[in-house]
Amino acid sequence: MKKIIRVEMVLISIAISMWISIPAVYGASDAFKENIYKVGALKPVDSKLNVKVGDRAPDFTLPSVSGEKVSLSQYRGKKNVVLSFVPAAWTPVCSDQWPGYSIIKDIFQQNDAILFGITVDNIPTLFAWTNQMGKLWFPVLSDFWPHGAVAKKYGVLRSDGVSERALFVIDKKGTLRYIDIHDINKRPPLEDLVNALEKLKK
Amino acid sequence: MKKIYLTLPVITILLLTLVSPVLPANKPPAKGETLPVFNLPIPKSPAEKGYLGLSGDGFFKIPQIKTKVVIVEIYSMYCPYCQKDAPGINELYNLIEKNPDFKNKIKMIGIGAGNTSFEVETYKKTYQVPFPLFPDKDFAIHKACGEVRTPYFIVVKINDDGTHQIVHAQLGNYPGAEPFLEIILKASGLK
Repeated sequence: MKKIIRVEMVLISIAISMWISIPAVYGASDAFKENIYKVGALKPVDSKLNVKVGDRAPDFTLPSVSGEKVSLSQYRGKKNVVLSFVPAAWTPVCSDQWPGYSIIKDIFQQNDAILFGITVDNIPTLFAWTNQMGKLWFPVLSDFWPHGAVAKKYGVLRSDGVSERALFVIDKKGTLRYIDIHDINKRPPLEDLVNALEKLKK
Repeated sequence: MKKIYLTLPVITILLLTLVSPVLPANKPPAKGETLPVFNLPIPKSPAEKGYLGLSGDGFFKIPQIKTKVVIVEIYSMYCPYCQKDAPGINELYNLIEKNPDFKNKIKMIGIGAGNTSFEVETYKKTYQVPFPLFPDKDFAIHKACGEVRTPYFIVVKINDDGTHQIVHAQLGNYPGAEPFLEIILKASGLK
């Protein structure tokens, strides 16, 4: 009986390990060559959100890679705003997210929305990293100093100093209409963001 | 009774593993090999169904496409080089389709690694991709292909007896439509 149990346990382990030991490969674009740092599987969410849908989105001013400073409040009454926090430059899933947003400028325009990409990396790092993505049409903002202050304000700063993989949709009145604090190990499906944008019209 | 409790999960897990259409591989498909075994859904669009020479519903395997050679591009909507190459890949499709010697002998498909159906449709619309694209939402096919970097091109020759071989495979470095067609013709023996 003990022998049967042992054999079965081994078979289960082999079968399961065939699937779960191989995480999905993000950041596989040849554009990044061998420069993507493998972070392994991380705790899906490691922070406590400070805002909720219906709240006024906390204002901020951050420097962008292109040089100018960007404030959320300057878009109030003019544009819907999407904030895309990604954890870190040169890491797998993050490198596989904004290049997709870069080819759907038309969807953002149809929904009268602007996108801001935000990480806690400094400007030179963001400059080098986003250069590999082709020409991004949206501003990329650095929440480097004071380190992660905006991420902290929204409640998406993880305990190791990087941000969550988070999406916030803010309407023209400055109200938070959609929040997705996504599993850091996975890319948010595009359709979820597009659905959230389309709901702004209703 | 105790034994039944232990055996049922084992049987279930083993069956799921064995009947699963896709198994992970530790290296990319290479010249001289056969394709990893995986199924793709038969397209709903009559035009795409007709292009691949398929009928009905359900699933198919690449060697079932009614043609001599299939060019498979493993790409992603999120991959900058795939985006950059997209117009040139479309040009290859047009080059093949307008040549009566190649039109029915070479077919093209794309597999979106880690892309949902919506993401595949978005890419197709953005770049006006004229050939069928298939989602690989959970990276299952990508894993079966040894987690290749993207874009990755696999040229498959289908023999009259239904067997097949990979006659060319390359990571990126898309040289443009005409040079790539030359590579395909030479590798597949169509020229």
